[in-house]
Amino acid sequence: MLLTRKIEFSASHTCWNPALSEAENQAAYGADANRHGHGHNYSLEVTLEGEPDAVTGMVVDLKAVKAILEREVMEPMDHRHLNLEVPPFDRVVPTTENLAVEIWRRLEGQFGAGPAKLRAVRLYETEDLFVEYEGR
Amino acid sequence: MPTVRLTRRYRFSAAHRLATPLLSAEENRAVFGKCNNPHGHGHDFTVELSLLGAPDERTGRLVPLAALDQFASEVVLKPFDRRNMNVEIADFAALVPTTENLAVVLARRVASAWPVWFAGSPARFEKLRIWETKRNIFEMSVPAAPEGEEAGRESHSDEIIQSRSSTV
Repeated sequence: MLLTRKIEFSASHTCWNPALSEAENQAAYGADANRHGHGHNYSLEVTLEGEPDAVTGMVVDLKAVKAILEREVMEPMDHRHLNLEVPPFDRVVPTTENLAVEIWRRLEGQFGAGPAKLRAVRLYETEDLFVEYEGR
Repeated sequence: MPTVRLTRRYRFSAAHRLATPLLSAEENRAVFGKCNNPHGHGHDFTVELSLLGAPDERTGRLVPLAALDQFASEVVLKPFDRRNMNVEIADFAALVPTTENLAVVLARRVASAWPVWFAGSPARFEKLRIWETKRNIFEMSVPAAPEGEEAGRESHSDEIIQSRSSTV
């Protein structure tokens, strides 16, 4: 069975790679390359897979899931500047793609020993743009 | 590099009428109900394009979003937005413009244009979802081309584009 927990956080970022020229940055990122930064209301869906416990009827303790997401994502990222405050985005461009993969990496080990395994993260940068990563 | 799926959502508005000359007027009314209104009707469609691949190592992007938006504008939005699909879209000259068939037509157009616009891109066009209303959603997947074949060529015909539809 799949179970999805959703959280929202707001953060600023700029998509700019110093190894690329001005023109290459503009071509790759467009308005996102504004070096003063801008922000998004990110929406994150974390999907776990497991079987409901015979006694509790629950796949996983959602209070524990909430605490993990709070510690691993909300606390370090909410109302932060990703490039300046959230490694590895001091050296990795915080595109939606890279941020989805980084969130997976932070969460994967947290669910390794538990009753539910991490199956997918889906990160909405806006309502019209999202990236999914399943650890492949 | 990790393989991610990037999905971008677009919107267009178009008119259609569901009717087929293969059925009588009475049968058309029975099959299509309100959608058979001879004057046609329209929807605000939402279409999602999903791409699969490993982001470019230097940019961290699967494709430049501006290029994807321009592609979607030329291939999907401009030809269909504010159009009457029965009258103005040649694909529907002999095909009922149900949203199932619209998904087939759009997926075919996107799959055949993709390698022209995005030659050498790490991203392949994986699937298309279309909302006719917020309650009716249709999805088409385009299988990956076999090894050695260019992905998404015109050869992606109906029989190898897998369709599933859901009515919520």
